[in-house]
Amino acid sequence: MEIVVFLLFALLALASAVVVVSHRNPVYSVMSLVVTLLSLAALFVLLGAPLLAALQVLVYTGAILVLFLFVIMLLNVGRETPSGGTGRGQKIGALVTAAAFGLVVISLLWGRFVGIEMPALTVEYVALKPLARTLLSKYLLVFEMAGLLLLAAVIAATVLARKVGKSRGETV
Amino acid sequence: MANYLPILVFILVAVLFLAASLIAARLLRDAGMGRTNREPYECGNEPETLALDHRFSIRYYLIAVLFVIFDVETVFLFPWAVMFDQLALFGFIEMMIFIAILVVGYIYVWKRGALNWA
Amino acid sequence: MSVALAAMLAKIGLWVAVLLAVTPVMAWVERRGSAMIQDRLGPNRVGPLGLLQALADAVKFLFKEDLTPSAADKPLYYLAPALAVVPALTTFVVLPFGPEIEVGGETVKLLVADVESGVLLFLALASLGVYTLVLAGYSSNNKYSLLGSVRAAAQMISYELALTLSVVAALVPVGSFRLDEVVLYQVEGTWLGFLPHWNVFPQFLGFLIFLVAAFAETNRLPFDLPEAESELVAGYHTEYSSMKFALFFMGEYMAMATLSALAATLFFGGWHFPGIDYTGHWAIVALKGFSVLFAKVAAFMLLFVWVRWTFPRFRFDQLLRLGWKVLLPLAILNLVVIAALTIGGVL
Repeated sequence: MEIVVFLLFALLALASAVVVVSHRNPVYSVMSLVVTLLSLAALFVLLGAPLLAALQVLVYTGAILVLFLFVIMLLNVGRETPSGGTGRGQKIGALVTAAAFGLVVISLLWGRFVGIEMPALTVEYVALKPLARTLLSKYLLVFEMAGLLLLAAVIAATVLARKVGKSRGETV
Repeated sequence: MANYLPILVFILVAVLFLAASLIAARLLRDAGMGRTNREPYECGNEPETLALDHRFSIRYYLIAVLFVIFDVETVFLFPWAVMFDQLALFGFIEMMIFIAILVVGYIYVWKRGALNWA
Repeated sequence: MSVALAAMLAKIGLWVAVLLAVTPVMAWVERRGSAMIQDRLGPNRVGPLGLLQALADAVKFLFKEDLTPSAADKPLYYLAPALAVVPALTTFVVLPFGPEIEVGGETVKLLVADVESGVLLFLALASLGVYTLVLAGYSSNNKYSLLGSVRAAAQMISYELALTLSVVAALVPVGSFRLDEVVLYQVEGTWLGFLPHWNVFPQFLGFLIFLVAAFAETNRLPFDLPEAESELVAGYHTEYSSMKFALFFMGEYMAMATLSALAATLFFGGWHFPGIDYTGHWAIVALKGFSVLFAKVAAFMLLFVWVRWTFPRFRFDQLLRLGWKVLLPLAILNLVVIAALTIGGVL
């Protein structure tokens, strides 16, 4: 039963991820990304990490992708027909991403090969209350630093929007 | 895990209901005839441009960015809220520091006038 | 068939039946209610008291032209009304409508999905509602629709922060995301010896923030700018007709029911009412719990109707100012005070 649900959502995540990078219309890409992230949330639930699943939906699909849609509508990139072919920047980006992903996979396999013990993320670790406790005690400093990072983001967003607004003749 | 299965069943029932009602509507009545009938509605005028040819004010974008940042901050409050009884005073103090950082950002945005619309 | 499976199917069946009935009933209540407030009669021809009017409306929707504008983006155009209904409907899976009951020697919880992330799941599903607005506006390719949808989305995300913060504050004294535990916290004991132990009494400010944000989240008057008919025709659903329009209509009432139910559960004790005896045969207990919750949700729905036909509309800048400069700081203050009170052992 569990394996059926896993396969269903894993395939859904992969298929929609392919659509994200291959579709011409960015609005469709964003909507496919929504499907990918919801499938990943379902996989988190299967792993026994309901907090991660809920936060994934709340933050990524409920906030960040809405911002993506806003940007697309704001700049109306949806109307632009791409000139065809891939740019040089895209090619470099794809190569760097592929290399980074490969590095992660290789280091994981290498670790297993030379016998480095990697503690598994068991349910006792990722379940709701243990995860919350670890975040707020062991990783307290990181947690507060995340707050500072968000503060920097707030300031940067305000400054940048003001700049763009001025160049477009708007007062923000 | 098994506790989450009813959610899938529930979504399935909802989707079936939607499909049934949309298909019924399509079967019972045609899709509307004529070119003018299917033009974008503009109070009777013939549209000169389409809606997607226009751009929006940058302020909408700013609202969305600020929402994302503050939403991430509020999301951090959830694990704290359920651990509240166990973390006690220590948890209270660490969250007050976190909220204080949040409020600093909020005051900055306010002072810069980013929350003003007009 | 085991008791657990039968119970699950029965619970799903109950919710689906009740939720599908919400829209026609509320359509009647709203039309008759608005008529009463404006000293008119309202629809009173179809059936006794006009009760069958909703049925007639449904038939009418089915027989309307199923128009798709030529400039529309078809797949997204169909997806938007579907997304209006499904997430709002699904939020009810985590809502408890009674205490634990014993059926045939087995304990059954009166909620569809007994999951640890309860409220979080609820909020996560509710946050998906914004896609309906954005997609409807984008795919219609109509100026009124697009303006309405960008406004609606900006409004929804602006008030979501205050809403979330007031929900967090309500969870602090409980220490759990499970809505059944939130209700149990409110069942035990009293405030000051005579008031029920409901969250609304110590957290009245939080409740007010939640209520105002709920009105904004559902795009109801006084926050119905996305469909302000004097400037935007019908806002994001201008280009929709037939059953697709009916689904938007349904989505609005579903969202109202969703937030009413959450308000009733977080702040007004959910299925609990002082003086009602929740012991005895399981069917009676379930019926009592469900009736109490239903009555509370109905009261909130009536409030929605009452407010809609009483207040004028906000302007967009006023709306954003209220959300960002009034509700958000109040919600942060509310959370800090509630946390301090809980630490101090008052709550």
